[in-house]
Amino acid sequence: MNRLSLLIPLAVFALILVIGYLGFSLDKRNELPSALIGQDFPEFSAPDLFSPDVVRTRADLVGQPTLVNIWATWCPTCKAEHEVLMQIARTSEVALVGVNYKDDRGLALGWLADYGNPYNLVLMDADGGLGVELGVYGAPETFLLNRDGKVIYKRVGDVNMRVWQNEIAPLLQQLEVAHGGPGWEMVGR
Amino acid sequence: MKFAAVVFFWCVAGTAWSAGQVDVYHFDTPEQRKRYNTLIEEFRCPKCLNINIAGSDAPIAKDLRATVHRLIVQRGFSDQEIRDFLQARYGDFVLYNPPFNARTYLVWVIPFLLLFVGLIVLIGLLLRQRRKASPVNLDVDALEKLLDEKT
Amino acid sequence: MFAAGTFSNRSSNRSSNRSPDGSPAGRGLMLPELGQFSLILAGCLAMAGAALGLLGHRFVFGGLSPATVQQGVSSVVLGQFAFSLLAFVALVTGFLQDDFSVDYIAGHSNSLLPWYYKISATWGGHEGSFLLWILTMTLWMVAVVLRRVNYPVSLYNKVMGILCLLNLGFLAFALLTSNPFVRLVPFTPAEGADLNPLLQDFGLIVHPPMLYAGYIGLAVPFAFAVAAMLEDRVDSTWARWSRPWSNAAWAFLTLGITLGSWWAYYELGWGGWWFWDPSENASFMPWLAATALIHSLAVTEKRGTFKSWTLLLAIAGFSLSLLGGFIIRSGVLTSVHAFAVDPQRGVFILIFLAVVVGSALTLYAIRAGGHRAYVGFALFSREFFMLINNVILVVALAVVLWGTLAPIGYQLADQHISIGPPFFDAFFVPLMLVLALALGLVPWLNWKRTPWPRLRASLVRTVPGVLIAGVLVVYVIAPDRLVVAAALILSLWIVLSHGLNFYQRYRAGSWPPLAYWGMTLAHLGFAVTISGVAVTATQSIEEDVRMAPGEQVQLGKATVNFTGVREVQGPNYVAQQGVFIVSSADGSTFILRPEKRRYLAGGNIMTEAGIQAGLLADTYISMGEALNQGAWAVRLHYKPLVRWVWLGAVLMALGAGLAIFDPRYRRLRQRQTKDSPRAVHSSATTHPPRAGKGQAV
Repeated sequence: MNRLSLLIPLAVFALILVIGYLGFSLDKRNELPSALIGQDFPEFSAPDLFSPDVVRTRADLVGQPTLVNIWATWCPTCKAEHEVLMQIARTSEVALVGVNYKDDRGLALGWLADYGNPYNLVLMDADGGLGVELGVYGAPETFLLNRDGKVIYKRVGDVNMRVWQNEIAPLLQQLEVAHGGPGWEMVGR
Repeated sequence: MKFAAVVFFWCVAGTAWSAGQVDVYHFDTPEQRKRYNTLIEEFRCPKCLNINIAGSDAPIAKDLRATVHRLIVQRGFSDQEIRDFLQARYGDFVLYNPPFNARTYLVWVIPFLLLFVGLIVLIGLLLRQRRKASPVNLDVDALEKLLDEKT
Repeated sequence: MFAAGTFSNRSSNRSSNRSPDGSPAGRGLMLPELGQFSLILAGCLAMAGAALGLLGHRFVFGGLSPATVQQGVSSVVLGQFAFSLLAFVALVTGFLQDDFSVDYIAGHSNSLLPWYYKISATWGGHEGSFLLWILTMTLWMVAVVLRRVNYPVSLYNKVMGILCLLNLGFLAFALLTSNPFVRLVPFTPAEGADLNPLLQDFGLIVHPPMLYAGYIGLAVPFAFAVAAMLEDRVDSTWARWSRPWSNAAWAFLTLGITLGSWWAYYELGWGGWWFWDPSENASFMPWLAATALIHSLAVTEKRGTFKSWTLLLAIAGFSLSLLGGFIIRSGVLTSVHAFAVDPQRGVFILIFLAVVVGSALTLYAIRAGGHRAYVGFALFSREFFMLINNVILVVALAVVLWGTLAPIGYQLADQHISIGPPFFDAFFVPLMLVLALALGLVPWLNWKRTPWPRLRASLVRTVPGVLIAGVLVVYVIAPDRLVVAAALILSLWIVLSHGLNFYQRYRAGSWPPLAYWGMTLAHLGFAVTISGVAVTATQSIEEDVRMAPGEQVQLGKATVNFTGVREVQGPNYVAQQGVFIVSSADGSTFILRPEKRRYLAGGNIMTEAGIQAGLLADTYISMGEALNQGAWAVRLHYKPLVRWVWLGAVLMALGAGLAIFDPRYRRLRQRQTKDSPRAVHSSATTHPPRAGKGQAV
């Protein structure tokens, strides 16, 4: 072992320290980036919540920029998110599609009746099959699709004011969609 | 600190790493059951603190087990097709057996490099020491020193 | 959620040990404050010890004599032990008295908890377990103090100084970031949050103390290594002194890891016993380094070579113990086993690591060179095979380290990957098989060079036996994988080769030394473990079925009869207990009673498996959910040779234990201290008392 090789252990250790230290800056440990970003929204068939005989497919989502929101009545954070979604529905031109995830139809209908329905369309995913197709592992989660039905953004967790302003609104700007600004006045027209 | 303890309890209880859930699935052949049992140990539960979908009680783990079962029995997927299916939807994260591709090749290359280096070190040291292992091993340096001291 | 809910909502009057005004007992004694104060005192003593031990001969009072320093340092260490013990006892007493005014106790205990779990709850969370860590450190320090006559005074002083410095770091960490004695006033809860039901188990009583004994035991060879480097006296005597300590630490670590694996097996409910989880790797990496260390020390002691290796391994062993602690307590890696995430703690540990390991490695870079001993050795020699052992273990260690840390690195590059058992097994298994192959040859090897006729004779005697047995194995067990057959055949070779060698020595009339017994036992243990691992990992039978009362199911060659479920009351839980009658193929019958428990304090639901343990196989039943019509989802496992995994490890630990008590060490040490001046300055190898032709170990 010559002089230089004696420094190898120290070098390796320094590297480990650096990784360990930088590891603290990672706080989004439970938020997985989506594997679907850049891909087309998958083909699916799911019943409509309001008319279960009607089967919706991917074609119902394509054509305009769309926010696909995974929600459920058993999810407390979805309740908090709901207000923001109502605001988005009032002030933006982006389409809102809800996916009722692993839930009971009756409860879901009651929930929307009580708290309002921000969605243009609500799909039912009772067994979580659509969720698996989307790489969903909890609620709430939200996808942003462009006009061609490509997934350009995913949010794991609720869509709140901060997320809306910093992450989603700029993308809608790029897509040239009228959307709510900081005071919820409509901008971008 | 209390908050942290609460977080700890919630995470553990919530993900419940003592597998209280046993799925009763029907398989057409014993090979399918074996494949299923092996595969569900390969996939990571996306929501849990480092556990495979076989050992987790989380709802998403149950859904993924159901998916694997469905892919084996109903869709007749091969093992690799099932891995590709889940990887396409949940990313590399869900595979406990890291894939070998342009993004992750280093994961596999480094250990092989380490093996290689180990082998080189071993052979190198052996060759160097063999040169010195003569039948009569006189410590020439020590003898010379002795001679110097005596004279 | 659960924890917060139980605070201050319970107005239970189970306050038999409360004083009339409602304040908790022990208030008068102020035990937690006493405990905290004891820790502070211990910290002061640690500071004094470090200063004395490392600088006493020069800077303290103008330079003290080594003998004075030795006395001073030894007393200071005994004082640290006394105060750490006091603090620990204060915390345990607080648990036993249900003193929920202490935050830590309120978070980890409950008045319904059985008293033995209250005691073990002391180390059920981060702060308390770290207090156990400190106590263990002081225990090891006292052990060194008790054996101080065996070491030259100046080296001893430095060793103790280093250990005191380490303990100072630990105490500072405890006092500054992880104080277990913090009080919850004025909002003292009337009831505690309960110990996590998973931890209400015998496993918690034994696993952490044993594991910590191993982790911290490695501090002693570390201290010896650093002290030897400081004195620039890295030689075979240093190696001899380090050996018993390394063997002892290794034995404890082996047992600690084994207990953890066994505990996970029966506790987690799905029959797994090793998962390559970061916390498991955190304990396994020091173990790999320590295994390499104990072998490398043997070579350095006997032949004076491999000094740099051995030094590095001594540093690496304890460094990995600290790194493991960092991994688990800082939240950097996701693991179910991780303690609560607290970046402040993580930064402290990181700084501590940087200082301790960084300086040790820097010292290594400066002092480790230039110790080259020109001893040659051949291919078939003990030296070379020890080297093979070292290289294999170090490569395995490096791969495990890479696999554990790489996901963090990738995450920094915004890529999320997972590295799990398939990866680790892919490398670890072949490496162990190669090690097993080399191990079979080991008893026949001499130092320096083994004459070919001797080697040939041993091979002629063992290989045919192994081949025949191997063929039998393949036909009887019929493994479906080559790896299993290889593992079994190699284990057989190890057993045969060691057995034959032992028999020959016995026949030759010489009663082998204790260290030889130890080596043989440990190597046999290794063979037992790898057979167990190979068979249980691949030949287990698992069935998940729906069973209604009265139904029966086939599990391999046994029949399992489900007679029904009854309700059972535990000390702090209520359980649904399933009754299963198992009739195995050989006619024996036994009853298993797996349970589904609901713990009263927190409402947690837990599964307790029913296990029939056997030397040759385990039958393992656990219950899932209740289904309709009184039926249950049931998991049935048949696990052949699973106990061999742990049995082999216990044999390994026993072997190390035997080696520690080899009287040759004690006799030589006594001889050493008699001719102390010469012994200290000698760097030549000393020969063991009985030297047969290359037979001596």
